[in-house]
Amino acid sequence: MRDHAVFKSRFLPWLLLLPSLIILAIFIYFPALQTFVLSFYKSNLRLGTRRFTGFENFYNLFAGAFAPAYRQIFLQSILFSASVVFIGLALSVVLATFASQKIVGARVYRLFLIWPFALSPAVAATIFAFLFNPEVGGVNLILNELFGIKPRWLDTPWLAFMLVVGAAVWKNLGYNIVFYLAALQNIPKEYAEAAAIDGAGPIARFFRITVPMLSPMTFFLLFTNLTFSFFDAFGIIDILTRGGPVGYPPFDNAGMTTIMMYRVFQEGIEQGKSGFAAAFSLFILTIIIIITVFQFRYGSRRVQYGDN
Amino acid sequence: MKNRYNWLIHLILIIGCAIVMFPVVFAVIKATQTRSAVLTPSLVPGTEFFTNLRAVWVEASLWKFMRNSFVVAIAVTIGKTILSLFAGMALVYFRFPAKRFIFGFILLTLMMPTEVLLVPLFDLVSQRPPASWEAFWLWFRDPRHVFLEPSPFGFGWANTYWAIIVPFLASATGTFLFRQHFMAIPQSLADAARIDGATPFQFLSRILVPMSVNTIGALAVIQFVYVWDQYLWPKVIIRREDYQVVQVGLNLIIGTGEGVQWGYVMAGALLTLIPPLLVFALLQEQFMRGFALSESK
Repeated sequence: MRDHAVFKSRFLPWLLLLPSLIILAIFIYFPALQTFVLSFYKSNLRLGTRRFTGFENFYNLFAGAFAPAYRQIFLQSILFSASVVFIGLALSVVLATFASQKIVGARVYRLFLIWPFALSPAVAATIFAFLFNPEVGGVNLILNELFGIKPRWLDTPWLAFMLVVGAAVWKNLGYNIVFYLAALQNIPKEYAEAAAIDGAGPIARFFRITVPMLSPMTFFLLFTNLTFSFFDAFGIIDILTRGGPVGYPPFDNAGMTTIMMYRVFQEGIEQGKSGFAAAFSLFILTIIIIITVFQFRYGSRRVQYGDN
Repeated sequence: MKNRYNWLIHLILIIGCAIVMFPVVFAVIKATQTRSAVLTPSLVPGTEFFTNLRAVWVEASLWKFMRNSFVVAIAVTIGKTILSLFAGMALVYFRFPAKRFIFGFILLTLMMPTEVLLVPLFDLVSQRPPASWEAFWLWFRDPRHVFLEPSPFGFGWANTYWAIIVPFLASATGTFLFRQHFMAIPQSLADAARIDGATPFQFLSRILVPMSVNTIGALAVIQFVYVWDQYLWPKVIIRREDYQVVQVGLNLIIGTGEGVQWGYVMAGALLTLIPPLLVFALLQEQFMRGFALSESK
């Protein structure tokens, strides 16, 4: 690698780096350390009391009285993330592929498909909250007129779960389509043309050429979507269901839409049990670190055919 | 060759667009209707759009939430861009000891999203600051206090803009993006600048910044939308309406009163949607190009 370091100064580079380093040290590294420290304490945010209790928080988390609830939360978080990522990416890749065909009005279609990029979790959830309101929401008014039914979207466990997944998928659709459209522009047309001459139909071309050629982008989106489903979905859940409703067995130990991040908020902020919440945060942090290491490890490799 | 399938492509795209558009079209229509029409299945646009808009803007104090969001989003976007630019420049154009370690220190923060650090970050930002520098020093000089015990002090920033601006000013993503971009700029440019006697800051303002318009644009879009859309942290740390941001404010508007004025709320949701939409529309090209550049390595 060529060396770009042309300027010579002993203190200027540090001066340029210092603001970033200080902020990262104080607002990322110190809280990370404190998460670790707090997880050994029994603390109450309201009363301001803290007592060292060793591994008690971890025991309660994995084996004690709260373990069934946390097992359920872990399970449904995986189910939630998997649904959001899989449905979201599948819909986006199909719509982006269609919208990048050479057809009349392709630009208009693209415009209609990518604008939700600007959608926030809170706005998406607010619109969904009204749309699926059991009494006055548009969906139930129509369903009632047509079939005479009024599903209780927000109080029925699996319906609530699906609704939250749907809102999350809708919110992220624009983002995914923007990136897929950008990636589709970079796929040389010759591949598809050559395959067409060899007699490959559109469906074969989609699965044999488009999807493999898009795999680096899919890999990138997999992780951004995973992060979204872990953290940004918080706003959607907080506005739509507040983590509820409690499900049917074996999902009867916690609210069905309580994802891990929502539980951290409930325990750590609402209940003020910051030590216990820190212990659970440490568990989430471990998952994030494993995912990130995996991403760095395999991200540099090209998951794709073609010119290298 | 493809003509046979064109009708099918159009059909699927129309269905797709309809599904993507429906919730927001619904919100637009409901935002124009009268109080009573909002609660009916009617999808006929009404004439009350400006009444609803005024109501949510003034009575539900959406203007205040919007103002706060603007202050925070602009401050973070500008601050983050400048700090990332500086850090990227230091990492590429200077030689100094422990460079790899510093780069690793910055990059490692990608594994620690602020959301997971919610609880200790809340303590750190909201707890009272030490009474005096002596009190702080007494705590700070003993590593056992700093590394092994929960911190007794904080910044005392609850219910201030500081709380939602300062922790987000540094960015591993931004630093990384600028570093990659600078490495791709031909080295001869930096050599030439130095031979011509340009100072590092002249080099930054005359050469690096003009050559980085796309990267800066891409980063600005990502950051502005990210900050504007933030929900969890402001909800937790800001408890006074006067300083609340619009994403949380929207939920406060739903929460007030017995019967929710859904017409107002939809008007408010649409207003909240407009700023990131505008930023995205304006900087879309820089965004696409800046991103394509960083992807192709």
